[in-house]
Amino acid sequence: MNTEVLVEDVWKSFDRGRIEVLKGVALTVPKGEIVALCGTSGCGKSTLLNVISGLEEVDRGNVRVSGVDVVRESTRVDLLRHHIGYVFQFHHLMPDLTLAENCMVPVIAVGGSRAESMARLQELAVATGVEHRLNQRVRELSGGERQRGALVRSLMNDPELLLCDEPTGALDEKNREKVFELLLELVRSRGRTLVLATHDPELASRCDRTVRMRDGRIEGFSN
Amino acid sequence: MIFTNLRRHRVRTAIGATGIALGVATMLSVVGLLGGAVKMFERILRSDAEMVVFEKNVSDLFFSNVEVAVVDELKSQPFVKEAQPVLFSIIAAPDRPVVTCFGIRASDGRLKKGEWLEGRPADFHDDGEGIVLGERAADFLHAKTGGTIKLGQGTYPVAGVVRMENGFENGGVFMPLPACQKAFHKEGVCSVVTVALAAGHESSEVKAWMGKNHERLSALENEEFSRSYSQFKIMKTTAWVVGGCAFLLGGLSVTNTMILSVFGRIKELAIARVCGFSRSQVALMIFGESLLVSAIGTVAGWGLSAVGLRLLSAIPQLQGYIEPNIGWIEVAGAMALAAVTALVGAMYPAWYAAQLKPAQALRFE
Repeated sequence: MNTEVLVEDVWKSFDRGRIEVLKGVALTVPKGEIVALCGTSGCGKSTLLNVISGLEEVDRGNVRVSGVDVVRESTRVDLLRHHIGYVFQFHHLMPDLTLAENCMVPVIAVGGSRAESMARLQELAVATGVEHRLNQRVRELSGGERQRGALVRSLMNDPELLLCDEPTGALDEKNREKVFELLLELVRSRGRTLVLATHDPELASRCDRTVRMRDGRIEGFSN
Repeated sequence: MIFTNLRRHRVRTAIGATGIALGVATMLSVVGLLGGAVKMFERILRSDAEMVVFEKNVSDLFFSNVEVAVVDELKSQPFVKEAQPVLFSIIAAPDRPVVTCFGIRASDGRLKKGEWLEGRPADFHDDGEGIVLGERAADFLHAKTGGTIKLGQGTYPVAGVVRMENGFENGGVFMPLPACQKAFHKEGVCSVVTVALAAGHESSEVKAWMGKNHERLSALENEEFSRSYSQFKIMKTTAWVVGGCAFLLGGLSVTNTMILSVFGRIKELAIARVCGFSRSQVALMIFGESLLVSAIGTVAGWGLSAVGLRLLSAIPQLQGYIEPNIGWIEVAGAMALAAVTALVGAMYPAWYAAQLKPAQALRFE
């Protein structure tokens, strides 16, 4: 089995150890798998995603993505540039920029070719149905368009691993379904790995595997 | 990204750039004004000469005493083409407490360079009391050729009015050297001697001769004199210090702008980190924005000072006193200071932005 994400005995606390959020979490995600992290608010789903991406440092334990330790700053930056895409519950796009400008931010970070990036942007925009909105400022877009735009941005550098934190949490039912289907399709068609945090059991059931979390621990798995 | 960020926050960018622009404009204006004054004084000393002879270790040329006999000694030397004594002084007129007075010989070429509005050069005699007024001086002293004016303790006939290019000369009074010496109780002496070298001779010959024959006097080439004269140094230093203080305020404006800029987009910076920006890239972006704000401010300040100085120089009362052209050294100095100000001003904001922890920053409200 080719392991994409390896989390070993990870502990994470906030407020100088007073709030323990992750308590000895261990998780292995093979390449190409779509995994849903499920659980109530505050169970540690988002923190686990942040730990996997290296955005949050761990107190104890190991985290590896494609065999690379995410704890070190240099490897973390490299992983975020080339290997990991991240989608948040709230799109976190820059409202004064156009959607295209927002999507180019990861490309600027890696100093990639503009021509290639524009072609990729066009391809992803068509796939997500926002190609006609690329030159609009974010503040002029609907909630669903923004979230699809955020999805495009996360995929601009063609990451192996996509981490999504409640990507449909801020959308209405119609848009939620649309964006989620799109997400699954994009990931499956490209053979990428997806780790998704959601508190919606219905969405989780459509993933390859569900990891149930409770009070900072992994409670169980279901396929 | 840098251009885009500044374009998105136009008001903030404009405020930061305005701070720098005012700093640059103040600095270039002060340097231009004082530099202009220095240049004018240099030109008075230079006239048609290459060297200046004056008394060693005097704090101001007004206190320098050089025996006029030295002029004749110098003239007899083969390496000297021409030597002219000049006595500088300040005299009071009834409505004007300060009028610059130049005691010169009729043979001094400087009056011939001016445009004679009244009278003629032949009316200015070494043995007479007739004085020649610069155009501005004639204006504020309400004097006309053929009349008399009271200066200090004496009353002098006005022999002519001349328009001089130099503001100090145009606002000054030219007296025959003996009359000037008498008025200031400086019989037999002058302030400086200007020396024109004979063809094929070097300034070192004058220096050597002076060192051998008149130890208490100093002979310097005009440029050497400009560099070493303490009054010029004080004026130039004052200009840069005042300008530097203005820059400090401009720098605070940039710091403030950049701090606001960073605090106003903490989440954006966090997203940039999530998208793969390294700490150094984030810091460079902030430094770049600051430098660009500063560059915009520098250009605006340069333009502002150029327009301001031209407007000032067009005011009749200030004509001839202001050098409206700002030198490249001053512009380069202002640009360098603006760049340093931008970099120093952006240090804390850039450090803060680079240290942001993306996960925490995204939780920031």
